[in-house]
Amino acid sequence: MSTMTTETTPVLEARNVTMRFGGLTAVRSVDFTVNAGEIVGLIGPNGAGKTTFFNCLTGLYVPTEGTVSYQGTVLPPKPHLVTKAGIARTFQNIRLFANMTVLENVLVGRHTRTKEGLWSALLRGPGFKKAEKASEERAMELLEFIGLEAKRDHLARNLPYGEQRKLEIARALASEPGLLLLDEPTAGMNPQETRATEELVFAIRDKGIAVLLIEHDMRFVFNLSDRVAVLVQGEKLVEGTSEVVQADERVIAAYLGEPFEGDPGAAETAEVDAAEAGTTSTKGEAQ
Amino acid sequence: MTDTTTRALIPLPLAAARALVLVGGIATIVSAFLAWTWTSEFPGDLTITGYPGGLQWLTLIAGVLVTVFALSAYGVPGLGWLIPARNNAPLVLTAIGAFGVTWYTIISIAAELGGLANLEPGGWVAAIASLLPVIGAFALPEPHTESTKDNLKAYIAKPENIPAPAPLSPWLERAVITVATIIGLAVFTYGIDTEYGELFVGFLIVVVFAVWALHTAGLMDRFSRIVAHNRSFTLAMGFAAAIAFPFTQTDDHYANIGVNILIFGTVALGLNIVVGLAGLLDLGYVAFLGVGAYTAALVSGSEFSRFSGVHFPFWAAALAGAAASLIFGVLIGAPTLRLRGDYLAIVTLGFGEIFRIAVNNMDGESGPDITNGPNGIPSIPDLNFFGFNLGEAHDIAGFTIGRFANYYLLMVLIMALVVLVYTRAADSRIGRSWIAIREDETAATAMGINGFRVKLIAFALGAALAGLAGTVSAHVTYSVVPTPYQFAGSTPPNSAFLLAAVVLGGMGTVAGPILGAALLYLLPEKLVFLQDKSLLAFGIALILLMRFRPEGIIANRRRQLEFHETGQLDVPDTTTLSGEPAAVTKAGA
Ligand SMILES: Nc1ncnc2c1ncn2[C@@H]1O[C@H](COP(=O)(O)OP(=O)(O)OP(=O)(O)O)[C@@H](O)[C@H]1O
Ligand SMILES: [Mg+2]
Repeated sequence: MSTMTTETTPVLEARNVTMRFGGLTAVRSVDFTVNAGEIVGLIGPNGAGKTTFFNCLTGLYVPTEGTVSYQGTVLPPKPHLVTKAGIARTFQNIRLFANMTVLENVLVGRHTRTKEGLWSALLRGPGFKKAEKASEERAMELLEFIGLEAKRDHLARNLPYGEQRKLEIARALASEPGLLLLDEPTAGMNPQETRATEELVFAIRDKGIAVLLIEHDMRFVFNLSDRVAVLVQGEKLVEGTSEVVQADERVIAAYLGEPFEGDPGAAETAEVDAAEAGTTSTKGEAQ
Repeated sequence: MTDTTTRALIPLPLAAARALVLVGGIATIVSAFLAWTWTSEFPGDLTITGYPGGLQWLTLIAGVLVTVFALSAYGVPGLGWLIPARNNAPLVLTAIGAFGVTWYTIISIAAELGGLANLEPGGWVAAIASLLPVIGAFALPEPHTESTKDNLKAYIAKPENIPAPAPLSPWLERAVITVATIIGLAVFTYGIDTEYGELFVGFLIVVVFAVWALHTAGLMDRFSRIVAHNRSFTLAMGFAAAIAFPFTQTDDHYANIGVNILIFGTVALGLNIVVGLAGLLDLGYVAFLGVGAYTAALVSGSEFSRFSGVHFPFWAAALAGAAASLIFGVLIGAPTLRLRGDYLAIVTLGFGEIFRIAVNNMDGESGPDITNGPNGIPSIPDLNFFGFNLGEAHDIAGFTIGRFANYYLLMVLIMALVVLVYTRAADSRIGRSWIAIREDETAATAMGINGFRVKLIAFALGAALAGLAGTVSAHVTYSVVPTPYQFAGSTPPNSAFLLAAVVLGGMGTVAGPILGAALLYLLPEKLVFLQDKSLLAFGIALILLMRFRPEGIIANRRRQLEFHETGQLDVPDTTTLSGEPAAVTKAGA
């Protein structure tokens, strides 16, 4: 597939990633690269395997085959080590720490960038106080960045939906990632909020953080992304600039269904490029 | 919002209803001075006219509460602060409390002495007097709906929008905390010192309804706000009150209860790290107390110890006990903490029992000769600090401080240490990662938290603290035997009681498990008549509590934060996860 041949270095390289659940192959031999400073979109019909692919990248699933490397080193499939290496993520179904305050949520995100253990917490030396203060300042900066500084002491679960999504992004950013994975960041948002999120993603990129995002809102993805990849039935179907992907009829077919060759028997053995019948929904609002 | 009419459950004019509460309250006070029965066979001697005895004191206090709240509701100047919420619930609850304790007494007299004939006229007066405020309170108007349940609920509801208090001067705030501490100490001391079960039941009735009334009146909220401003002062006051307790006691027996409550509470606080903060359900926790106790028993110079020659000083024995528990905790935790939820609970339950059965068998016959099996290790010598023998009574400033009081004071220090460890650990990077794990383990690991590692730290820390408490408990009880370290029993400590203390008191708080431990220790101690039914009673009590107040007696600050700190209506953001993603106001300052 055509990628932008620039001198940019890849931050994320997935090689031949396959994920099987028993007989179901949710992700099939996907090769994927994200370069520094890029915003990459990942689209595909419901159940295409996008979230599963994210989980493979972040170590929540151990891929059946294949490797994921970050800045040239292969990542172990352990979520906390992946985050430590520099990949942070949000979840499709918001997974905030509901009974912690907004500030505490972000502070938890700082876990990998701080190292005060139990002893320093118990002894409360000057180092501990300095580190806590620095962490809090950094967290407040992030809350200002997403515009939630006034709600620092509210419980996360009492935030409105859109703000919860934003807070999840702030929490992910707190780990100072080089790559941010966003799983449907605008799901359930109204148009104004979606536009605000668009600006937020650009602002994140301007901080030098590469962004990989899953999204069903096509306008949002094509506006934002330098590059878009399409996943259908676990396989990467097309990858390219927004224009290229939007114009590709296989993509349209994958979303809308093939009008004429809708023979289910043939679909079983269809070739890679052939669009599959059965995925009928055009927009998913998974929550 | 639907339009609700306000109507009273009992149809009376408002003026009459209010008057009834006030007059009833005063009459209740007066009736406490009458003779309720003719014989002093009923404990507490309720036969003297002109001077209240035993349970009559409780009726008197409850009557005073009713009267004071009734006066406040009348708008008597200077008493307005008593009901910041401006509601009727405090009246209703104090009235029920007074009614409850009086009628409980009357019925106990009739039941124990065999018939209503044993009541003097004073008893009848008290019964009627205490009924009046209840009638009056339920004749006060409240929002009326179709459902009877909601109508009843309205009478004991705490309104949401309690007007914000005028700020107090720092001095006044500290004075309030001091007075509250003194009242708290007095109430607690009274409860421990109750000499017979009836008095303790009456005490519980009055305290429960009084505290409930203060809560619905909005006074508890105000008090916790004041406490939030003066955290360290409150801690210092609490510590001072704990130290003061043995000086209020003339009988070392009550100091014994005190020290046992402290041991039990300390262990519950340790368990609170594991259960309340990290969310790990540990059903075998009492084993760590056992490990500490056995370790201390083995190295403290008991002649029946396998290592009878060894006599560590206390600090070394305490460290050894804590360390042994810690190692035991890591050994158990390392393989089991990879499990989640129910599986962890089952495995810890198993390990807890393994400990007890193992020490039961290490008697040289069915196992290595280490613990003397079921006989345990007796004759553990008393501690001696620089010539101050904790086993003997000492005179301090005119007060006689007995053996148990000595250990009580030692235990206060240890509990202070554990409270410090708990609060410091909870409010730190590691504490936040525990809570994060409890809230959502997957999200927590995705935030870079090594779940296994931080869970193991919580488990080991909890174990070490329990072990530390165990080293003192070995000295207090002279001997250690395997039987107390079981999963469930009718007396504390056992794992089920420990867990119940944490859940009942309030998970994730400091005061909660201590209060829960005090309650769970005192109930079987005082209510001897429950005996073998005490477990059943606790089961029922726990079910009721989980139904009506699942967060425990003392709610976590986090749960209180569900309502705005400021109590102001800046954004109507009651929309939560389940709510519709409505149009959202930006959080501009
Ligand atoms: N843990 C699992 N065990 C078994 N099957 C799974 C598991 N996780 C995902 N799957 C399956 O893998 C397929 C891909 O699911 P995935 O959630 O990755 O889709 P998606 O592209 O994110 O869809 P959506 O747009 O609806 O979020 C689905 O068929 C799903 O049922
Ligand atoms: Mg998905």
